[in-house]
Amino acid sequence: MQLKAKTIGLVTTLSIACGPVWADPDTDQLTINGDITIITEAAAPSHMEYIDTIYSGWRFRSDETQAVQMDDFDNPGMLGVENALAAWDTEEGSEGKSCASCHGAAESLAGIRAVYPKWNEAKGMVTTLEMEVNNCRETRMGAEKWKYTGGDMTDMVALISSVSRGMPVNVAIDGPAQSTWEAGKELYYTRTGQLELSCANCHEDSYGLMIRADHLSQGQINGFPTYRLKNTKLNSVHARFKGCVRDTRAETFAPGSPEFIALELYVASRGNGLSVEGPSVRN
Amino acid sequence: MASGVKPRVKVPKTAAAGDTITIKTLISHKMESGQRKDDDGNIIPRSIINRFTADFNGQNVIDVTLEPAISTNPYFEFEAIVPESGEFTFTWYDDDGDVYDTAKKITVS
Repeated sequence: MQLKAKTIGLVTTLSIACGPVWADPDTDQLTINGDITIITEAAAPSHMEYIDTIYSGWRFRSDETQAVQMDDFDNPGMLGVENALAAWDTEEGSEGKSCASCHGAAESLAGIRAVYPKWNEAKGMVTTLEMEVNNCRETRMGAEKWKYTGGDMTDMVALISSVSRGMPVNVAIDGPAQSTWEAGKELYYTRTGQLELSCANCHEDSYGLMIRADHLSQGQINGFPTYRLKNTKLNSVHARFKGCVRDTRAETFAPGSPEFIALELYVASRGNGLSVEGPSVRN
Repeated sequence: MASGVKPRVKVPKTAAAGDTITIKTLISHKMESGQRKDDDGNIIPRSIINRFTADFNGQNVIDVTLEPAISTNPYFEFEAIVPESGEFTFTWYDDDGDVYDTAKKITVS
Protein backbone atom coordinates (compact mmCIF):
# COMPACT_ATOMS: atom_id res chain seq x y z
CA MET A 1 0.00 0.00 0.00
CA GLN A 2 2.77 2.29 0.97
CA LEU A 3 4.67 1.35 -2.16
CA LYS A 4 1.67 2.21 -4.30
CA ALA A 5 1.34 5.56 -2.65
CA LYS A 6 4.98 6.25 -3.37
CA THR A 7 4.56 5.25 -6.99
CA ILE A 8 1.65 7.63 -7.39
CA GLY A 9 3.73 10.33 -5.77
CA LEU A 10 6.53 9.73 -8.22
CA VAL A 11 4.23 9.77 -11.24
CA THR A 12 2.67 13.01 -10.09
CA THR A 13 6.05 14.64 -9.64
CA LEU A 14 7.15 13.52 -13.05
CA SER A 15 4.07 14.84 -14.80
CA ILE A 16 4.55 18.21 -13.17
CA ALA A 17 8.19 18.30 -14.14
CA CYS A 18 7.84 17.11 -17.72
CA GLY A 19 4.32 17.95 -18.82
CA PRO A 20 3.58 21.30 -20.41
CA VAL A 21 2.09 23.71 -17.91
CA TRP A 22 0.02 25.33 -20.65
CA ALA A 23 -0.86 23.13 -23.54
CA ASP A 24 -4.33 23.90 -24.71
CA PRO A 25 -6.92 26.60 -24.43
CA ASP A 26 -8.86 26.38 -21.17
CA THR A 27 -12.50 25.35 -20.95
CA ASP A 28 -13.96 28.60 -19.60
CA GLN A 29 -17.11 29.98 -21.18
CA LEU A 30 -17.60 33.65 -22.00
CA THR A 31 -20.76 35.58 -21.27
CA ILE A 32 -20.60 39.37 -21.30
CA ASN A 33 -22.70 41.36 -18.80
CA GLY A 34 -24.42 38.06 -17.94
CA ASP A 35 -26.31 38.55 -21.18
CA ILE A 36 -24.32 38.21 -24.41
CA THR A 37 -23.16 34.65 -25.01
CA ILE A 38 -19.91 34.48 -26.95
CA ILE A 39 -18.93 31.45 -29.00
CA THR A 40 -15.24 30.93 -28.19
CA GLU A 41 -14.87 27.46 -29.73
CA ALA A 42 -16.20 26.18 -33.03
CA ALA A 43 -15.53 23.64 -35.74
CA ALA A 44 -12.94 25.02 -38.13
CA PRO A 45 -14.27 26.33 -41.48
CA SER A 46 -13.87 23.74 -44.23
CA HIS A 47 -11.11 25.71 -46.00
CA MET A 48 -8.72 25.15 -43.08
CA GLU A 49 -6.65 22.05 -43.74
CA TYR A 50 -4.58 21.74 -40.59
CA ILE A 51 -6.85 22.73 -37.71
CA ASP A 52 -10.05 21.03 -36.59
CA THR A 53 -11.24 23.39 -33.89
CA ILE A 54 -10.93 27.15 -33.74
CA TYR A 55 -10.68 29.04 -30.46
CA SER A 56 -11.02 32.68 -29.55
CA GLY A 57 -7.89 34.23 -28.06
CA TRP A 58 -9.94 34.78 -24.89
CA ARG A 59 -9.55 31.07 -24.11
CA PHE A 60 -5.77 31.42 -23.91
CA ARG A 61 -5.75 34.21 -21.37
CA SER A 62 -5.51 33.96 -17.59
CA ASP A 63 -8.67 33.95 -15.47
CA GLU A 64 -7.95 37.49 -14.29
CA THR A 65 -7.66 38.87 -17.82
CA GLN A 66 -10.69 36.90 -18.92
CA ALA A 67 -12.77 38.40 -16.11
CA VAL A 68 -12.07 41.96 -17.25
CA GLN A 69 -13.93 41.28 -20.49
CA MET A 70 -16.98 39.76 -18.83
CA ASP A 71 -18.44 43.08 -17.65
CA ASP A 72 -18.55 46.22 -19.78
CA PHE A 73 -17.88 48.37 -16.73
CA ASP A 74 -14.60 46.56 -16.12
CA ASN A 75 -13.60 46.49 -19.79
CA PRO A 76 -11.39 49.51 -20.48
CA GLY A 77 -12.06 49.03 -24.20
CA MET A 78 -15.55 50.37 -23.56
CA LEU A 79 -13.99 53.76 -22.82
CA GLY A 80 -13.07 53.86 -26.49
CA VAL A 81 -16.61 52.87 -27.41
CA GLU A 82 -17.88 55.78 -25.29
CA ASN A 83 -15.57 58.19 -27.10
CA ALA A 84 -16.82 56.88 -30.42
CA LEU A 85 -20.44 57.31 -29.35
CA ALA A 86 -19.73 61.01 -28.82
CA ALA A 87 -18.06 61.19 -32.26
CA TRP A 88 -21.02 59.31 -33.76
CA ASP A 89 -23.31 62.24 -32.93
CA THR A 90 -20.82 64.98 -33.82
CA GLU A 91 -21.48 66.80 -37.08
CA GLU A 92 -18.29 67.34 -39.05
CA GLY A 93 -17.16 68.40 -42.49
CA SER A 94 -18.62 70.45 -45.31
CA GLU A 95 -21.92 68.55 -45.42
CA GLY A 96 -22.77 69.21 -41.76
CA LYS A 97 -23.47 65.57 -41.15
CA SER A 98 -22.65 63.12 -38.37
CA CYS A 99 -22.72 59.31 -38.51
CA ALA A 100 -26.13 59.53 -36.84
CA SER A 101 -27.53 61.75 -39.64
CA CYS A 102 -27.56 58.78 -42.02
CA HIS A 103 -27.33 55.71 -39.78
CA GLY A 104 -29.48 56.74 -36.80
CA ALA A 105 -28.52 54.78 -33.72
CA ALA A 106 -25.21 52.89 -33.72
CA GLU A 107 -27.20 49.68 -33.17
CA SER A 108 -28.39 49.99 -36.78
CA LEU A 109 -24.95 48.69 -37.78
CA ALA A 110 -25.40 45.42 -35.86
CA GLY A 111 -24.07 42.55 -37.96
CA ILE A 112 -21.69 44.69 -40.01
CA ARG A 113 -18.52 43.75 -38.14
CA ALA A 114 -19.27 40.07 -38.68
CA VAL A 115 -19.09 40.26 -42.49
CA TYR A 116 -16.11 42.58 -42.97
CA PRO A 117 -13.70 42.70 -44.83
CA LYS A 118 -16.14 42.49 -47.72
CA TRP A 119 -16.21 42.92 -51.49
CA ASN A 120 -17.21 46.47 -52.42
CA GLU A 121 -18.85 46.41 -55.83
CA ALA A 122 -18.54 50.17 -56.49
CA LYS A 123 -14.85 50.23 -55.69
CA GLY A 124 -14.11 46.89 -57.29
CA MET A 125 -12.06 45.72 -54.32
CA VAL A 126 -12.29 44.16 -50.89
CA THR A 127 -12.71 46.88 -48.26
CA THR A 128 -12.28 46.88 -44.50
CA LEU A 129 -14.44 48.60 -41.89
CA GLU A 130 -11.78 51.28 -41.48
CA MET A 131 -11.93 52.03 -45.22
CA GLU A 132 -15.72 52.26 -45.11
CA VAL A 133 -15.58 54.65 -42.14
CA ASN A 134 -13.19 56.90 -44.06
CA ASN A 135 -15.29 56.53 -47.18
CA CYS A 136 -18.29 57.86 -45.21
CA ARG A 137 -16.21 60.68 -43.76
CA GLU A 138 -14.84 61.82 -47.10
CA THR A 139 -17.73 61.33 -49.49
CA ARG A 140 -20.82 61.71 -47.31
CA MET A 141 -19.62 64.08 -44.57
CA GLY A 142 -16.99 66.03 -46.48
CA ALA A 143 -14.70 65.57 -43.49
CA GLU A 144 -11.02 64.73 -43.32
CA LYS A 145 -10.25 61.06 -43.21
CA TRP A 146 -8.89 59.49 -40.06
CA LYS A 147 -5.49 57.80 -39.77
CA TYR A 148 -5.95 54.10 -40.43
CA THR A 149 -4.80 52.90 -37.01
CA GLY A 150 -5.44 56.18 -35.16
CA GLY A 151 -7.32 56.43 -31.88
CA ASP A 152 -10.47 57.98 -33.40
CA MET A 153 -10.64 55.27 -36.03
CA THR A 154 -10.00 52.37 -33.66
CA ASP A 155 -12.58 53.69 -31.19
CA MET A 156 -15.16 53.93 -33.99
CA VAL A 157 -14.42 50.38 -35.17
CA ALA A 158 -14.76 49.26 -31.52
CA LEU A 159 -18.20 50.88 -31.37
CA ILE A 160 -19.27 49.18 -34.61
CA SER A 161 -17.95 45.86 -33.28
CA SER A 162 -19.61 46.25 -29.90
CA VAL A 163 -23.11 46.28 -31.40
CA SER A 164 -22.37 42.98 -33.20
CA ARG A 165 -21.04 41.11 -30.19
CA GLY A 166 -22.31 37.55 -30.03
CA MET A 167 -22.97 37.32 -33.76
CA PRO A 168 -20.87 34.73 -35.59
CA VAL A 169 -18.12 35.97 -37.90
CA ASN A 170 -19.14 35.14 -41.46
CA VAL A 171 -16.93 36.76 -44.07
CA ALA A 172 -17.43 35.73 -47.69
CA ILE A 173 -14.38 34.23 -49.37
CA ASP A 174 -15.87 33.18 -52.68
CA GLY A 175 -17.01 35.15 -55.73
CA PRO A 176 -15.15 38.40 -56.40
CA ALA A 177 -13.38 38.27 -53.01
CA GLN A 178 -11.70 34.94 -53.78
CA SER A 179 -8.52 36.26 -55.38
CA THR A 180 -7.93 38.65 -52.46
CA TRP A 181 -8.55 35.79 -50.04
CA GLU A 182 -6.02 33.63 -51.83
CA ALA A 183 -3.46 36.44 -51.73
CA GLY A 184 -4.06 36.65 -47.98
CA LYS A 185 -3.62 32.91 -47.58
CA GLU A 186 -0.34 33.09 -49.49
CA LEU A 187 0.88 35.77 -47.08
CA TYR A 188 -0.24 33.76 -44.05
CA TYR A 189 1.99 30.86 -45.05
CA THR A 190 4.95 32.96 -46.28
CA ARG A 191 7.93 33.16 -43.93
CA THR A 192 9.22 36.68 -43.40
CA GLY A 193 12.10 38.41 -41.68
CA GLN A 194 15.41 37.33 -40.24
CA LEU A 195 13.61 34.83 -38.04
CA GLU A 196 11.90 33.33 -41.08
CA LEU A 197 8.54 32.94 -39.44
CA SER A 198 5.15 32.82 -41.11
CA CYS A 199 1.88 33.48 -39.31
CA ALA A 200 1.27 29.74 -39.44
CA ASN A 201 4.51 28.81 -37.65
CA CYS A 202 3.22 30.33 -34.43
CA HIS A 203 -0.55 30.51 -34.72
CA GLU A 204 -1.23 27.25 -36.52
CA ASP A 205 1.69 24.92 -35.70
CA SER A 206 2.39 26.10 -32.17
CA TYR A 207 -0.74 27.62 -30.62
CA GLY A 208 -1.14 26.62 -26.99
CA LEU A 209 2.62 26.68 -26.37
CA MET A 210 4.39 29.46 -24.55
CA ILE A 211 6.20 32.10 -26.60
CA ARG A 212 8.44 33.49 -23.89
CA ALA A 213 5.94 34.56 -21.21
CA ASP A 214 2.91 34.58 -23.46
CA HIS A 215 0.43 31.79 -24.16
CA LEU A 216 0.22 31.54 -27.95
CA SER A 217 -3.29 31.79 -29.35
CA GLN A 218 -4.52 30.91 -32.80
CA GLY A 219 -4.22 34.56 -33.80
CA GLN A 220 -7.95 34.96 -34.34
CA ILE A 221 -9.15 38.50 -35.00
CA ASN A 222 -12.78 38.12 -33.90
CA GLY A 223 -11.97 40.12 -30.76
CA PHE A 224 -10.55 43.19 -32.48
CA PRO A 225 -10.20 46.03 -31.72
CA THR A 226 -8.45 44.63 -28.68
CA TYR A 227 -7.65 46.46 -25.46
CA ARG A 228 -4.15 45.30 -24.55
CA LEU A 229 -3.02 45.56 -20.96
CA LYS A 230 0.55 46.05 -22.17
CA ASN A 231 -0.12 49.35 -23.93
CA THR A 232 -3.42 50.30 -22.24
CA LYS A 233 -5.21 51.17 -25.44
CA LEU A 234 -7.37 49.72 -28.14
CA ASN A 235 -5.33 48.08 -30.90
CA SER A 236 -6.51 47.66 -34.46
CA VAL A 237 -6.05 44.54 -36.56
CA HIS A 238 -3.51 46.08 -38.92
CA ALA A 239 -1.50 47.53 -36.03
CA ARG A 240 -1.33 44.01 -34.59
CA PHE A 241 -0.33 42.54 -37.97
CA LYS A 242 2.41 45.13 -38.17
CA GLY A 243 3.61 44.17 -34.68
CA CYS A 244 3.70 40.47 -35.56
CA VAL A 245 5.59 41.00 -38.84
CA ARG A 246 8.01 43.33 -37.07
CA ASP A 247 8.63 40.62 -34.48
CA THR A 248 9.84 38.34 -37.26
CA ARG A 249 12.42 41.10 -37.90
CA ALA A 250 11.01 41.98 -41.30
CA GLU A 251 10.12 45.25 -42.95
CA THR A 252 6.38 45.35 -42.42
CA PHE A 253 3.59 46.26 -44.78
CA ALA A 254 1.76 49.49 -44.02
CA PRO A 255 -1.58 49.45 -42.22
CA GLY A 256 -4.29 49.80 -44.87
CA SER A 257 -2.02 48.33 -47.57
CA PRO A 258 -3.45 45.83 -50.08
CA GLU A 259 -1.32 43.11 -48.44
CA PHE A 260 -2.81 43.65 -44.98
CA ILE A 261 -6.34 43.96 -46.40
CA ALA A 262 -5.90 40.56 -48.03
CA LEU A 263 -4.38 39.11 -44.86
CA GLU A 264 -7.23 40.51 -42.77
CA LEU A 265 -9.79 38.87 -45.03
CA TYR A 266 -7.98 35.53 -44.82
CA VAL A 267 -7.42 35.63 -41.05
CA ALA A 268 -11.02 36.75 -40.49
CA SER A 269 -12.19 33.76 -42.55
CA ARG A 270 -10.24 31.44 -40.25
CA GLY A 271 -12.55 32.69 -37.50
CA ASN A 272 -15.82 32.11 -39.37
CA GLY A 273 -18.10 30.65 -36.70
CA LEU A 274 -16.62 32.40 -33.66
CA SER A 275 -18.54 35.34 -32.21
CA VAL A 276 -17.64 38.94 -32.76
CA GLU A 277 -16.06 39.96 -29.43
CA GLY A 278 -14.59 43.43 -29.95
CA PRO A 279 -13.62 45.33 -27.96
CA SER A 280 -11.94 42.39 -26.24
CA VAL A 281 -9.30 42.41 -23.51
CA ARG A 282 -5.96 40.68 -23.92
CA ASN A 283 -2.53 41.01 -22.38
CA MET B 1 -6.84 70.23 -16.82
CA ALA B 2 -5.94 66.79 -17.99
CA SER B 3 -8.02 65.91 -21.03
CA GLY B 4 -10.53 63.11 -21.38
CA VAL B 5 -11.00 62.60 -17.66
CA LYS B 6 -14.35 61.09 -16.86
CA PRO B 7 -15.34 59.32 -13.64
CA ARG B 8 -17.63 56.32 -13.71
CA VAL B 9 -19.13 54.37 -10.83
CA LYS B 10 -21.35 51.36 -10.48
CA VAL B 11 -23.43 51.10 -7.30
CA PRO B 12 -26.52 48.90 -6.90
CA LYS B 13 -29.70 51.01 -6.89
CA THR B 14 -31.22 49.08 -4.01
CA ALA B 15 -30.03 46.90 -1.13
CA ALA B 16 -31.31 45.37 2.10
CA ALA B 17 -30.23 47.02 5.36
CA GLY B 18 -26.88 45.70 6.55
CA ASP B 19 -26.10 44.15 3.16
CA THR B 20 -22.55 44.16 1.90
CA ILE B 21 -22.57 45.68 -1.56
CA THR B 22 -19.84 45.81 -4.18
CA ILE B 23 -18.91 49.17 -5.62
CA LYS B 24 -16.88 49.57 -8.79
CA THR B 25 -15.22 52.80 -9.84
CA LEU B 26 -13.17 53.75 -12.85
CA ILE B 27 -11.77 57.08 -13.92
CA SER B 28 -10.31 57.58 -17.37
CA HIS B 29 -6.96 59.24 -16.80
CA LYS B 30 -3.59 58.97 -18.46
CA MET B 31 -1.66 58.61 -15.15
CA GLU B 32 1.57 60.00 -16.57
CA SER B 33 4.23 58.65 -14.22
CA GLY B 34 6.87 61.35 -14.65
CA GLN B 35 9.39 58.66 -15.62
CA ARG B 36 8.81 58.68 -19.35
CA LYS B 37 10.51 60.77 -21.99
CA ASP B 38 9.04 62.25 -25.15
CA ASP B 39 10.50 61.92 -28.65
CA ASP B 40 13.00 64.72 -27.96
CA GLY B 41 14.28 63.09 -24.78
CA ASN B 42 12.59 65.51 -22.40
CA ILE B 43 10.89 64.09 -19.33
CA ILE B 44 7.10 64.20 -19.53
CA PRO B 45 5.96 65.82 -16.26
CA ARG B 46 4.14 63.64 -13.77
CA SER B 47 0.35 64.00 -13.91
CA ILE B 48 -1.59 61.45 -11.93
CA ILE B 49 -4.64 61.10 -9.74
CA ASN B 50 -3.05 61.11 -6.29
CA ARG B 51 -6.04 60.48 -4.02
CA PHE B 52 -9.43 58.82 -4.21
CA THR B 53 -12.13 58.93 -1.57
CA ALA B 54 -15.66 57.58 -1.17
CA ASP B 55 -18.13 58.83 1.43
CA PHE B 56 -21.59 57.66 2.41
CA ASN B 57 -23.92 60.29 3.88
CA GLY B 58 -20.92 62.33 4.96
CA GLN B 59 -19.08 59.40 6.55
CA ASN B 60 -15.82 58.29 4.96
CA VAL B 61 -15.83 54.77 3.51
CA ILE B 62 -12.47 54.58 1.79
CA ASP B 63 -9.54 56.94 1.33
CA VAL B 64 -6.80 55.86 -1.06
CA THR B 65 -3.40 57.36 -1.84
CA LEU B 66 -2.31 56.66 -5.42
CA GLU B 67 1.30 56.46 -6.53
CA PRO B 68 2.89 56.85 -9.98
CA ALA B 69 3.15 53.08 -10.49
CA ILE B 70 -0.62 52.82 -10.90
CA SER B 71 -1.46 52.47 -14.56
CA THR B 72 -3.82 54.26 -16.90
CA ASN B 73 -7.52 54.45 -16.04
CA PRO B 74 -7.34 53.56 -12.32
CA TYR B 75 -10.04 51.12 -11.29
CA PHE B 76 -11.14 50.45 -7.72
CA GLU B 77 -13.53 47.79 -6.55
CA PHE B 78 -14.48 47.63 -2.88
CA GLU B 79 -17.26 46.56 -0.56
CA ALA B 80 -19.37 48.61 1.80
CA ILE B 81 -22.16 47.95 4.28
CA VAL B 82 -25.13 50.26 3.86
CA PRO B 83 -27.23 50.80 7.03
CA GLU B 84 -29.75 53.20 5.47
CA SER B 85 -30.80 54.90 2.27
CA GLY B 86 -28.48 57.63 1.18
CA GLU B 87 -25.90 58.82 -1.24
CA PHE B 88 -22.38 57.74 -2.03
CA THR B 89 -20.05 60.52 -3.14
CA PHE B 90 -16.82 59.73 -4.93
CA THR B 91 -13.94 62.17 -5.31
CA TRP B 92 -10.70 61.98 -7.27
CA TYR B 93 -7.86 64.50 -6.77
CA ASP B 94 -5.58 65.31 -9.70
CA ASP B 95 -1.94 66.42 -9.43
CA ASP B 96 -2.84 69.59 -11.30
CA GLY B 97 -5.30 70.58 -8.59
CA ASP B 98 -8.45 69.45 -10.36
CA VAL B 99 -11.05 67.58 -8.38
CA TYR B 100 -13.50 65.27 -10.09
CA ASP B 101 -16.56 64.00 -8.28
CA THR B 102 -19.71 62.05 -8.85
CA ALA B 103 -22.49 60.70 -6.64
CA LYS B 104 -24.87 57.73 -6.62
CA LYS B 105 -28.03 57.25 -4.58
CA ILE B 106 -28.93 53.92 -3.03
CA THR B 107 -32.26 52.93 -1.51
CA VAL B 108 -32.25 50.55 1.43
CA SER B 109 -35.43 48.65 2.06
